[in-house]
Amino acid sequence: MRGRRRLFGGLNFALRGGDLLRVTGANGSGKTSLLRILCGLLSPVCGRVRWHGGDIRWMREEYWRQLLYIGHAHAVKEELTALENLVVSCTLVGVNVSREQALEALSRLGLAGYEALPVKILSRGQQRRVALARLFLSEKIPLWILDEPFDALDAGAMDYVRLLIAQHLARGGAVVLTTHQEIRIENPQVQCINLDSRVT
Amino acid sequence: MMYVTPENTTAGRDRFVGHSSWFRYSSPQTFFPLAGKLAPWFAVAALLLAAAGLYLGFFVAPTDSQQGEAYRIIFIHVPAAWMSMFIYVVMTFWAGICLTFNTRLSGMMASALAPTGALFTFIALWSGSLWGKPTWGAWWVWDARLTSELILLFLYFGFMALQGAIDDPRRADKAGAVLALTGVINIPIIYFSVQWWNTLHQGASVSLKSAPTMAATMFAGIIVMVLALWMYSIAVSLMRVRSIILERERDSQWVAEYASGQT
Amino acid sequence: MFTVLRCVIYRDLLLASRRWADVLTALVFFVIVVSLFPLGVGPEPNLLRTIAPGVIWVAALLASMLSLTRMFAADYADGTLEQMLLSAAPLGAIVAAKIVAHWLVTGLLVVLIAPVLALQFDLHQPLLGTLTLSLLLGTPVLSMIGAIGAALTLGLRGGGALLSLLVLPLYVPVLIIGAGSVDMVAAGLGAEAHFLLLAALLVVAAAFAPWAVAAALRISAE
Repeated sequence: MRGRRRLFGGLNFALRGGDLLRVTGANGSGKTSLLRILCGLLSPVCGRVRWHGGDIRWMREEYWRQLLYIGHAHAVKEELTALENLVVSCTLVGVNVSREQALEALSRLGLAGYEALPVKILSRGQQRRVALARLFLSEKIPLWILDEPFDALDAGAMDYVRLLIAQHLARGGAVVLTTHQEIRIENPQVQCINLDSRVT
Repeated sequence: MMYVTPENTTAGRDRFVGHSSWFRYSSPQTFFPLAGKLAPWFAVAALLLAAAGLYLGFFVAPTDSQQGEAYRIIFIHVPAAWMSMFIYVVMTFWAGICLTFNTRLSGMMASALAPTGALFTFIALWSGSLWGKPTWGAWWVWDARLTSELILLFLYFGFMALQGAIDDPRRADKAGAVLALTGVINIPIIYFSVQWWNTLHQGASVSLKSAPTMAATMFAGIIVMVLALWMYSIAVSLMRVRSIILERERDSQWVAEYASGQT
Repeated sequence: MFTVLRCVIYRDLLLASRRWADVLTALVFFVIVVSLFPLGVGPEPNLLRTIAPGVIWVAALLASMLSLTRMFAADYADGTLEQMLLSAAPLGAIVAAKIVAHWLVTGLLVVLIAPVLALQFDLHQPLLGTLTLSLLLGTPVLSMIGAIGAALTLGLRGGGALLSLLVLPLYVPVLIIGAGSVDMVAAGLGAEAHFLLLAALLVVAAAFAPWAVAAALRISAE
């Protein structure tokens, strides 16, 4: 529920390794709320989310160790450099990255030469890429939940992110994402949930 | 592997439906009529007890040897002070239930109790002040018990202000609950302050372990007034929680039916 | 887990170092408030000596209240707080790390400057030492209790005033005991009891506050 409005209900699905779940719906239909529920940031009015059999409410850190969430907000500190931001956000999730690995991730996303600059002087698209650089370093994290990952990206960066997602699915990881764009990912195991039809 | 399942709809939350008759009332919808039926009884009890208590206090109890007639304010001051602390503890209890079990009604109950608790705290401070002027010569002193009672008043205000500032009722309930639980440490401080610090406020004359050190009628008067205020708190809180229920659940079916039944 | 905590403390200190202005605001406020009192109450030395501990303690309290919003508001606004909520380390531990970092750039600086300011009030040893020690024990408690308030009022309108109202009743005992310790020594009695009480408050706050703050953060971020 948001305020007094019931956003959606009656959702029932299972996600397996290698699956891609795409959530669609008009603006305000609750896509971000659903993703936050899946992360455990928001508790649903009723219903349960289970990971490998355990309710995520009780699993807490154990679940979050296996989750990568990149939300709508960039989640980068403006005063820190791109490199510092990346190292901090990876460490928080328990992924220890070396400076070299972080530098490589940034250059893969086209930010070579920008690592030592404070993020506040980067453009919005570049800031998004700093946030998404985590994807390159998160191979071992099984579940990726991405809220509008392609937002503000140019075509080249979008292609690269698609590639990262496809590689992750091929490795057996699972991805949940929302997007307005078309996902051209070669993957037969795509589930789709449209929230517009779920309001009752 | 991730599974997402809905539980059965709105009734799913009231997990104990059908298992036990008391838990049936943990749903706002079923508690609403119960509260409506009980409140008048408590109100009547409060009126009768208050009448009896005030009669005992102002007419029957003997004049105090040291303080004369001014001491009679004790029959308002002490019950109000005790109830101010007691209500806070009860509020904290409901706050704890709200956080642990994530139920709606417990949060509403805590919110319903707060204004009454604040009122009694204010009455205790104000009546104490009226009493202090003739006996101590001052409207206010910064002794341990008065200061901690004043802190209690600010805790109540903070609780109400915090809940008022948050639009989402669920977040308001839970945030208020955390605040109430943090502040509960103040209650033992108020209670034991007269033992721990040698200050102006008189020590405890009534304790659970030994016989009271005051005349029997005075003691009876105080106890009756405590019960009166207790009944009053329950009556008022039940009525207040009914308003809160109506406001929170205003979009649901049963409230619409209730409203159309009223008009 | 300790890698994460070290990372959080380092991050917060780094951020504080890049936003000097915020850190200095609270500190300058502290200095100004303390310095205004002699101007307001007159220069009579005995009076100043008597009010000094109280004035410095109240100023420390106010400076602490002023700096509290900084603890979580920025992280909440740019989304980094969410990431902390989803961290692999317990949120209580992360919160404790943030509080430590916050204290290092607020409370600790107050403790270091206070003796210098107390000289304005003609406060000598042993009162100076007592005051500093009481602040050293008390300011962490203020940071911890204040963090609870800051977490509860995240993103609310009327934030600063509401936050002050919430933490004020919880700050008062610390103030009374802290300032009282100096008065005790001034009266010729020992202040051990007061220091023990402050230390007890510190331990209790350190044990419970991080979890209260963590709970409050999750509630506020929902």
